[in-house]
Amino acid sequence: MANPVVIMRTPAETAFIERFAAEKAALPGAAEARAEAFARFEARGLPSKRIESYHYTDLRNLMRAMAPAAKDAVAGETMALDGFARHGFSNGRWQGGDSSAGVTVEPLADAYRAGSRPGLGMGQASDIIVDLNTAFARDGVVIRVAAGRHAKLHLAFSENVAAAASILPRVIVEAGEGASLLLVSTHEGTDGIAYQVNEVLELRLGRQAKVEHIRLNRSGDKAMVLSNVAATLAEEAELQTMQIALGGEVCRHQVFVTYQGENAKAAIRGATLLKGNQHHDSTLVVDHAVPHGESRELFRTVVDGSAQGVFQGKIIVRPHAQKTDGQMASNALLLSDDAGMSNKPELEIFADDVVCAHGATCGALDENQLFYLQARGLPRRIAEALLVEAFVGEVLDTVSEEALREILAGLVSGWMWERSVAG
Amino acid sequence: MPAVKETVETVRKIDVDQYKYGFVTEIESELAPKGLDEDIVRFISAKKNEPEWLLEWRLDAFRRWLTMQEPTWARVHYPKIDFQDLHYYAAPKKTPGPKSLDEVDPELLRTYEKLGIPLREREILAGVEPQNRVAVDAVFDSVSVVTTFKEELAKAGVIFCAISEAVHTHPELVRQYLGTVVPTTDNFYATLNSAVFSDGSFVYIPPGVKCPMELSTYFRINEQKTGQFERTLIIADKGSYVSYLEGCTAPKRDEAQLHAAVVELIALDDAEIKYSTVQNWYPGDKDGKGGIYNFVTKRGDCRGARSKISWTQVETGSAITWKYPSCILRGEGSSGEFYSIAISNGMQQVDSGTKMIHLGKNTTSKILAKGIAAGRSDNTYRGQVSAHRKATGARNFTNCDSLLIGQQCGAHTIPYIESKNSSAVFEHEATTSKIAEDQLFYCMQRGLDEEEAVALIVNGFVKEVLQQLPMEFAVEAQKLIAVSLEGSVG
Repeated sequence: MANPVVIMRTPAETAFIERFAAEKAALPGAAEARAEAFARFEARGLPSKRIESYHYTDLRNLMRAMAPAAKDAVAGETMALDGFARHGFSNGRWQGGDSSAGVTVEPLADAYRAGSRPGLGMGQASDIIVDLNTAFARDGVVIRVAAGRHAKLHLAFSENVAAAASILPRVIVEAGEGASLLLVSTHEGTDGIAYQVNEVLELRLGRQAKVEHIRLNRSGDKAMVLSNVAATLAEEAELQTMQIALGGEVCRHQVFVTYQGENAKAAIRGATLLKGNQHHDSTLVVDHAVPHGESRELFRTVVDGSAQGVFQGKIIVRPHAQKTDGQMASNALLLSDDAGMSNKPELEIFADDVVCAHGATCGALDENQLFYLQARGLPRRIAEALLVEAFVGEVLDTVSEEALREILAGLVSGWMWERSVAG
Repeated sequence: MPAVKETVETVRKIDVDQYKYGFVTEIESELAPKGLDEDIVRFISAKKNEPEWLLEWRLDAFRRWLTMQEPTWARVHYPKIDFQDLHYYAAPKKTPGPKSLDEVDPELLRTYEKLGIPLREREILAGVEPQNRVAVDAVFDSVSVVTTFKEELAKAGVIFCAISEAVHTHPELVRQYLGTVVPTTDNFYATLNSAVFSDGSFVYIPPGVKCPMELSTYFRINEQKTGQFERTLIIADKGSYVSYLEGCTAPKRDEAQLHAAVVELIALDDAEIKYSTVQNWYPGDKDGKGGIYNFVTKRGDCRGARSKISWTQVETGSAITWKYPSCILRGEGSSGEFYSIAISNGMQQVDSGTKMIHLGKNTTSKILAKGIAAGRSDNTYRGQVSAHRKATGARNFTNCDSLLIGQQCGAHTIPYIESKNSSAVFEHEATTSKIAEDQLFYCMQRGLDEEEAVALIVNGFVKEVLQQLPMEFAVEAQKLIAVSLEGSVG
């Protein structure tokens, strides 16, 4: 009856297919997982806005070409954090790092060859971006924190490229029973070059393990950054994951959390500051597969210039996942007339004894509050900066380490300062 | 609280067979042959003796429909519909436009009596206070059978008739407004409707007129293997007001039936339209056999400044509901409202919600949606709120709550909130919960049994929406809620 729509392959899709055929044999280990993931990509192609979960980020359209694999580069300047064991990554490649007690770090290729499997952190979720990383990733590490041990790690990624390049690292973290880990990953890159990052961080939390993860996005201003966090929680595990996003041109940060043991908790947060023509998409899938889970989501987005912000959060409560408690909030501030924000907080609930709620707001700075501050002698731009810092501050306040919190707050102030100088 | 007492009594009276409108009227019908092609479109048009332009309009829609694909994004699952296995036209015989009620087949009148809808004006006048009168347009399968109180409405200048009649009596109005809110290109089912729509109501309220009574339409699907495709067009001219009610029922049948209606509302400067629906199509049996597929496109266009469109819906029937009554807020200072109660039980699937599209300055909208899922049903709220670049000062408040009764049902909330204007203020909140044990305990301790207690709490949960319904409907809707939840406890 209706004419079937024939999907044409885009140049980027064709390039991925050719690249996989050429590289397949040389990719280290995990051959089966790679082939499965790539078959899914081949069948579906890059997701367009017709795919529900990519409605606001039309990847098929945004990713016109696939950049060639990045060459190994000299490590660039990256920020230093006191008191953290530092591991440097240059264009996704591990450059070695400080050793810390109770922590083993193994290159991804070795771990794969020894039988480690990628994708366990995804639970029942499936996603094309993650599939592409699974198929191509050869760089990265597997970090194991021994049971009961405590560690503070800083993964310092620097993307230092002279021309368009693609970088696909994967980091797998296994936190043993009762282990606790403060994991900071910083991402800094060259401005003015359209490089592509597709990175996956898998977090597998053992029983009663605690992981606090903070991702700082300061990628280059022309970069396309597709970042993914895929976490599984065993019984009574506690996860906090947060992204502070300032950089990149087109970004999509995806967080997948699957509850595998009862009484686990997760807090997913984000502070996103956008200007110029940046596009940033935060997408969450929180899968309560077992009873007695608790999840908290808080995202604050500040949009200036003609930038576009997106928040998509989905809380799934499976049948029998009774006594789930899920609360999700996304708030956005639009600072200019051309700024835009799309919010899609979703609840998908199949169990009756649950408490789930979501809220989303979107609006400009409150004129009354601005007036109050201006009446006390502050110039308008400074008044705006104060209000924005307070708005984002609610997310940053949850960072447990004070020194780190101050660094992050400093970055937010810097962003607002730049804005008031420019304006 | 007499209303609550009534609910409790209704629950008590109900037997196992919950759907009381499931009877079939034995009446001779004229059916179009099964299947759909250009000839069927011409056949329907010829049956209605339509002018050439309307036939062309239908054919244009039909050709476009052939190139379209069925949408699959909704959270509903059903076997593929064979569009060639349906009758696209069914009409009770011997009623080619009855001149008066005396000419209407008595079997039909009895049907509407059984449904509790009085069509004889005398009877209505005898039993009800004059200010509570309701003018009714009764649509049976593909045709409008009778429209009451026409003369009295005409005195006020209000036009209320079947759309097939309006095409002849007021062609200029129909031609000017038909398809301007839901264009023939809109979506798969709206395009199909444009090609084969059979009948429906047409309302025009002249400038400055407050419609003297409630208008209402009762839709009834009777014939087997038919699709019902009605089209309603309501125009409220400058400064006018109208309240319109819509009710629907269908007999019990084993196979699913398709219902794809289009409703277009147009409000000009300072006009207000209040559109209320109590949707009670046959929901299928407890195993999901049969029932109506309710794939409806409803949209209101607040074209004029300070105009207002308000949708209120109580959705209890249909095997599958796929329906998003929307408001296009074009006029400066216009406002849209959406109040909804969607109840699903058994194997029902509901994917319903609204769209508030803010285009004009200082436009406001409010959404209040209550979803109740019981049995093995799935109940999804899907709503879009968007502010266009020029929609300075747009405001929206959305509240959607879901209630789950039982462990095998699902309740989902999918809002899309899109703002392209910094001065637009959007707020959205949603909660999902179950009936609190302490509330149930409290009620039962005071002597209610569990089912009564559930009905009472649910009525409290949806009260805010029920208050938006016209009086006559509010009581009916309240009963309906109790009936729909029958058997969901335990």
